[in-house]
Amino acid sequence: MSTQTLVMEARGLVKRYGQVTALDGVDFELRAGEILAVIGDNGAGKSSLIKALSGATIPDEGEIKLDGKVIHFKSPADARREGIETVYQDLAVAPAMTIAENLFLGREIIKSGFFAKLLRIIDKNKMLEESVARMNDLKVGIRSMTQAVETLSGGQRQCVAVSRAAAFAQHVVILDEPTAALGVKEGNMVLELIRRVRDKGLPVILISHNMPHVFEIADRIHIARLGKRACVVNPKTISMSDTVAVMTGAKRPDELPAECLA
Amino acid sequence: MSSSKFPKLPPVATLGPLIALVLAVGFFATQSDRFLSVQNFSLILQQVMVVGTIAIGQTLIILTAGIDLSCGMVMALGGIVMTKLAVGSGMNAYLAIACGMLACMAFGLVNGLLVTRVKLPPFIVTLGTMNIAFAITQLYSGAQTITDLPPAMTFFGSTVVFGNAAINYGTVFMVLMYALVWWGLRDTQPGRHVYAVGNNPEATRLTGIATDRVLLGVYVLAAAFYGLAALLSVARTGVGDPNAGQTENLDAITAVVLGGTSLFGGRGIVLGSLLGAVIVGVFRNGLTLMGVPSVYQVLITGVLVILAVATDQLSRKGAR
Repeated sequence: MSTQTLVMEARGLVKRYGQVTALDGVDFELRAGEILAVIGDNGAGKSSLIKALSGATIPDEGEIKLDGKVIHFKSPADARREGIETVYQDLAVAPAMTIAENLFLGREIIKSGFFAKLLRIIDKNKMLEESVARMNDLKVGIRSMTQAVETLSGGQRQCVAVSRAAAFAQHVVILDEPTAALGVKEGNMVLELIRRVRDKGLPVILISHNMPHVFEIADRIHIARLGKRACVVNPKTISMSDTVAVMTGAKRPDELPAECLA
Repeated sequence: MSSSKFPKLPPVATLGPLIALVLAVGFFATQSDRFLSVQNFSLILQQVMVVGTIAIGQTLIILTAGIDLSCGMVMALGGIVMTKLAVGSGMNAYLAIACGMLACMAFGLVNGLLVTRVKLPPFIVTLGTMNIAFAITQLYSGAQTITDLPPAMTFFGSTVVFGNAAINYGTVFMVLMYALVWWGLRDTQPGRHVYAVGNNPEATRLTGIATDRVLLGVYVLAAAFYGLAALLSVARTGVGDPNAGQTENLDAITAVVLGGTSLFGGRGIVLGSLLGAVIVGVFRNGLTLMGVPSVYQVLITGVLVILAVATDQLSRKGAR
């Protein structure tokens, strides 16, 4: 297993906020083509870890490698340039704008020609065609790309946000609580989409509090605890209660049977 | 390119201003037999050009979920700067116009910097700059009206006559600006980013758009429209008036809101503001013809803006 290619890797990340140590030498490994869930109690350092990986914060110590190359992100834009797309919780879409516009927000296709480039005239038809193609590719069943995102259900909105990330990510998709506040059916719709993203070959980092969702979809589970990585477990061999026990500190990782670790 | 492919307001919000206009016209037609005449309508259009032009800038700002209370006062300052430089200092008229516009844009820059860098709410920032602009206008002009303007400054006030209708160049210019801004907001990348910032600033920032630069650009561009409005106001009255812009300040905001642009940002069409400006113009004109004193006109404009905001609020609730 350890010979599998690592898409993203972090060693000994430390992040301090004044007196508080959010990350205390955490390690992290993301393999090619997997869905890696990151779970942990509040304050376990999972959001700090994700922020460091997505460029939203700069770690004080440690190194991050992408495809074996050491990288230093100074902003989310840097991470995006390296092909890492992040969907932030609740902050993903512009509701009154169309699906096509949301998919291309900040990356609008500009018409060709000197005049069009100078005035930055957008090519709506091309954006529309591309949107249809990309949504079909991910089998997102939304009929019209010209409807405003606010006319969609919560799950469909989240699908738009995830599709945008998947469409532009070259390396990694990071999803922060993508199924929070969604009903069962809607949540499953998003989970289906995340699977299809993985099946297209993009590794996914999934931060979630929803244990059934994590167990349904994750290939491996990274358990964050006290600013470190407690362990990485295999959801096919470990029970949900053991996972929660490790997460909360009721059980030490070395008490787990060896086959549970991944 | 069909516009139907991109966002449209719900029918009620689009039709609302038109219905209001028809009702107002119908009402005033019963109150004054002079109201429904070609001459009177061309007069309304002439009166609308200043408010209409300010409303373009105001629309841009309201689309970003901001508001600009300083618009009329900044316009007055621009008018005084251009006329005083031309008449008092004998500056070339075109250069003086440019200086007046720059004075407005400097205020837009200050507004924009305070909103984006210091993160102050637009309402408070522009409430402050409204007073500052007013005071500077009074100090710089010595509260004196400036007369004997060069012809270049009154050009937009001159009219072309078609039969009974007299259209001034300023109105034509205003309509052209509306068309340009409408297109720019609809079909260009910066235009779409204005909507995006108004819709969800945080999501927009996270997609990598420099939202502060969009906002700053909007405040400066809006002020450029106030500068153009200053020129139109000077052209229409034929003087540099230090007390200009006082009714226009609220009228422009009323026009934008009546035109269906949401005060919550991200929704609206600039052409609606033109319609809104015409509605305000029809009210002012109709009330004047009815012999209603101007203080009641102010009162009615106040009621109108509250009604428009309430309608906006209620229709959004209904849509959800």
